[in-house]
Amino acid sequence: MRDIVEELEERRRIARLGGGKKRIEAQHGRGKLTARERLDLLLDPDSFEEIDMFVEHDCQEFGMQDNKVPGDGVVTGWGTVNGRPIYVFAKDFTVFGGSLSRAHSKKINKVQDMALRNGVPIIGILDAGGARIQEGVDALGGYAEVFQRNTLASGVIPQITMIMGPCAGGDVYSPALTDFIFMVRNTSYMFVTGPDVVKTVTNEEVTAEELGGAKVHTSKSSVADGAYDNDVEALTELRRLIDFLPLSNRTGVPERPTFDVRDRVEHSLDTLIPDNPNMPYDMMELVEKVVDEGDFFEIQKDFAKNVITGFGRVEGKTVGFVPSQPMTLAGVLDSDASRKAARFVRFCDCFDVPIVTFVDVPGFLPGTSQEYGGLIKHGAKLLFAYAEATVPKVTIITRKAYGGAYDVMASKHLRGDFNYAWPTAEIAVMGAKGAVEIIFRNSTEEEIAEQTSQYEERFLNPFVAAERGYIDEVIQPHNTRRRVARALALLSSKKLDNPWKKHDNIPL
Amino acid sequence: MFDKILIANRGEIACRVIKSARAMGIKTVAVYSDADALALHVREADEAVHIGGAPAAESYLVIDKILDAIKQTGAQAVHPGYGFLSENKAFAEALDKAGVAFIGPPAGAIEAMGDKITSKKLAAEAGVSTVPGHMGLIEDADEAVTIANKIGYPVMIKASAGGGGKGMRVAFNDDEAREGFQSSKNEAASSFGDDRIFIEKFVTQPRHIEIQILGDKHGNVIYLGERECSIQRRNQKVIEEAPSPFLDAKTRKAMGEQSIALAQAVDYCSAGTVEFIVDGDKNFYFLEMNTRLQVEHPVTELITGVDLVEEMIKVAVGEKLSLKQKDVKLNGWAMESRIYAEDPYRGFLPSTGRLSRYRPPVEQVVDGITVRNDTGVYEGGEISLFYDPMIAKLVTHGPDRLAAIDAMGDALDNFRIDGIRHNIDFCGAIMQHARFRNGALTTAFIDEEYPDGFEGAPMDSARIEELAVIGFTMSQMTQMRATEGSQVLAGHQFTPDVEQAVQIDDLVFTASKSAQGVVLNGVDIEVESEWLPGDLFFFGAVNGKPISLVVDRHSEGYTLTGRGAAVKVSVRRLVAQEAMAYMPEKTDGTSDKELVCPMPGVVVSVAVEEGQSVKAGEPLAVVEAMKMENILRAEKDLTVIKVLCAAGDKLAVDEVMVEFE
Repeated sequence: MRDIVEELEERRRIARLGGGKKRIEAQHGRGKLTARERLDLLLDPDSFEEIDMFVEHDCQEFGMQDNKVPGDGVVTGWGTVNGRPIYVFAKDFTVFGGSLSRAHSKKINKVQDMALRNGVPIIGILDAGGARIQEGVDALGGYAEVFQRNTLASGVIPQITMIMGPCAGGDVYSPALTDFIFMVRNTSYMFVTGPDVVKTVTNEEVTAEELGGAKVHTSKSSVADGAYDNDVEALTELRRLIDFLPLSNRTGVPERPTFDVRDRVEHSLDTLIPDNPNMPYDMMELVEKVVDEGDFFEIQKDFAKNVITGFGRVEGKTVGFVPSQPMTLAGVLDSDASRKAARFVRFCDCFDVPIVTFVDVPGFLPGTSQEYGGLIKHGAKLLFAYAEATVPKVTIITRKAYGGAYDVMASKHLRGDFNYAWPTAEIAVMGAKGAVEIIFRNSTEEEIAEQTSQYEERFLNPFVAAERGYIDEVIQPHNTRRRVARALALLSSKKLDNPWKKHDNIPL
Repeated sequence: MFDKILIANRGEIACRVIKSARAMGIKTVAVYSDADALALHVREADEAVHIGGAPAAESYLVIDKILDAIKQTGAQAVHPGYGFLSENKAFAEALDKAGVAFIGPPAGAIEAMGDKITSKKLAAEAGVSTVPGHMGLIEDADEAVTIANKIGYPVMIKASAGGGGKGMRVAFNDDEAREGFQSSKNEAASSFGDDRIFIEKFVTQPRHIEIQILGDKHGNVIYLGERECSIQRRNQKVIEEAPSPFLDAKTRKAMGEQSIALAQAVDYCSAGTVEFIVDGDKNFYFLEMNTRLQVEHPVTELITGVDLVEEMIKVAVGEKLSLKQKDVKLNGWAMESRIYAEDPYRGFLPSTGRLSRYRPPVEQVVDGITVRNDTGVYEGGEISLFYDPMIAKLVTHGPDRLAAIDAMGDALDNFRIDGIRHNIDFCGAIMQHARFRNGALTTAFIDEEYPDGFEGAPMDSARIEELAVIGFTMSQMTQMRATEGSQVLAGHQFTPDVEQAVQIDDLVFTASKSAQGVVLNGVDIEVESEWLPGDLFFFGAVNGKPISLVVDRHSEGYTLTGRGAAVKVSVRRLVAQEAMAYMPEKTDGTSDKELVCPMPGVVVSVAVEEGQSVKAGEPLAVVEAMKMENILRAEKDLTVIKVLCAAGDKLAVDEVMVEFE
């Protein structure tokens, strides 16, 4: 008996060493942690339970039969984050460069299946060299097995990917199927084909960082939802995000005690909207003054900044916020902003996270680049997302809600539960001058000026909409937190079902 | 007594006057420009009258508009505050003509003291000690050099109409005198429309010390001690105190009596200030007389117990001074910090914008310590680019100088301003500065002590340890709370690691919780904390010593601000701290050598030129898009090589606007 126990410990010791000391040192030399170190930082102390530690590949080609390492390049298992369970897999770059073999993919499949069955989130940490070429089609099949499970789990359990090294070729699609992707600056990159192939095919000379670094994916391609300076910071912030997320689509949002009072009055919000309608203001101030303790986790902070998306809490419970940001492009809706917000709204709806929308939108962005880029369909995504969402929807119009953008942004007509407006709200088809120039097409400048001021007086306020019941109430800005908290508390028992369907057909 | 007075000013001084008037049962009228419609002084006054556009030249400086407001409201007197029309002879005369009392000195005194050369002559005639210099106007650079040699270098070249440091140059030799004369003249012409220049001796180890005087219309004048305002940056006062740590009773008396002599020579009444420059041997020389209430008057009020605004109003009515010189007693010490909207960490770059948080310390008198905060703003208000960048005057009073300084340090730690940059840390750093605490001041203090700019006050190891235990205590609180949420595995609740690492700069401590507080690197430290997650301030104590801090969260801990420094405290598990050894040095990641247009729009203006160096945060260009003006700022310190756009250009998104080195 004693010998067997000792053997177990010895085998564990060897398995935990992964690719060995030298490779671990090389990993550290690149400014990266090993798979097990990463899991240790992500999970609560001593909470990680490894699964399939001794799995090895069964490849018989190219001398691989003599080259086996327990674990086969991926560490899998489960643990807790602040006591709440999650499944994890982390590619081990020190073992075969973290490359994906049949056995490796089976290990990932196993935790994917367990997570889905159990209704618990799954986190993947990627740092790998792609497919295990020696295995040929087995590796390709292995990828697809992972993709299939990602897809089935989508909308059932939260899936998050942390890219902490190379991620190329077949490796990129599993992350792309998950809910959120985060990256580490300067040590991670993602692309379908790498710089060498790019050079051969298109003659473009480009570095890995320029092609698929964190900056590109957070600000240009929007593939990634956020980036951090190093592994330690990234994993710390990932814990913070997990705290906001439900375990599955069956649990509802998590709740934690808060020291912030629900009826906190913020008088400074009464002066948030500048006198000049063409002056921007920072909507983030409103967000920070509404959420518990000013704590807000922003998603896609560096992309389409004209709309903000992220999680906060109200009375200890998670809420998804979709505020326009007048600081960028006046908060206009363009293709990028529409896609960004649509995807976030759908995440919230999947997982029963109530949505609070702050509206200051002058409309959709005009121009050939937008129209050629398919603004109609991209805008429709956001419209679709809000229209189909059955979670509690609380909307506050702070200033402009013009034209189609008024409709789209969780309006009453899209089954908004509480639609409030600040006294500064302007709900209209368009700005006064534009409207008058159409209605009074052949008038003199003086007449237009006169009509403009009349139009402003009549329509650029929340009262016309309130008279029709499109706005439930015009509220004092300083009471916004109290109003939002009361609305959400009331709506916690909301029940609304869409007609049965196999699935919808969102304008992709 | 008046029933109603109008305050021809804005900001904190308007609020200050309203306070005294209200205490006297007098109704108040505020005036305001477009930019000030929501300002605090408008809210505080009984009535408010709109007087024009945001630029002062269209509102606060327009005499006719003030007169209209008086007519409209029936105000019987006007308090001019400081700045704007406070030292404008024409204004005083216009009021006189309209039969409205001016709460200030007679027009003649304003005129006599308003000109630097005339006032100096008058002072010399009244027996006031003046700086050796050439009283006459100087024709050209050659004459400037001749005179400078006669006086002896170093000399100060000054604009006659000057003020606020404009049109002033120091010369140590002929070349500098020649060059300084020309540049002073140019600057004076463009700033004041008056290019008259004079030259005087440049005083070494100079201190700025001024005498507060108060006179009535019956020929009585008293002096209320002095104020020292040596802590200045570019001739803008930052810290003021009363009394001066430098003066002895004899010098004070001499300065006071000469000030009275000068006041009587011009039939002065109301409050006024005679400014002196004092050298290292306590020789004092007359600089100028300010014929108005001074910004820093509160320090005098706190050591004398006299409400200067109240006295000014009584004098304007014609009452006799209730105080005689022998009744004036100086009690304790008062300190004032001017809280400016400027960024000391970035070369004191001015900052304007919205005060998203404005949480001043509580005004109170407790255990012989007074905290007073004169302000004209509120949370959610705006610091406008049209006016003075002063946000508030924080004033403390204690039994002695160090008590007042320490009270100021404490009060600054309880002051939070978000949304714009401010100099609270800088004032806090000065309160810690040994040379300041020793009272070894000169007007060059800031230039000498911060020659390379300001990077936060230095900290001793005890302070760093205090911040480490506070950061750890806060982190423990947050970590424990995170475990108290729903959806945890029943029966498998998690407890955070007992021992954790705390990092401040390159120092790493190990910390664990103990019954009394925290064991830091093996030493038991008592910690009391009232802090709860989300609180904007930390209030508590370390080993019984009370500590207040402004708190901001970052991804791995807190930034704690107090005692003139903002300190990043990171709290990590020990394994995470070990892992930090492998983490790459943080680079700012921007390989960007160009400013690209972030949106399709039209260039409104370009703020930089080729070859210019810009600091992080400085504006580069303004682009209008969607009818909104967006200011594009430098993300780091940069040098411009090429400007590729000009005002009026229409740009597409990502079009290169400026190239950097």
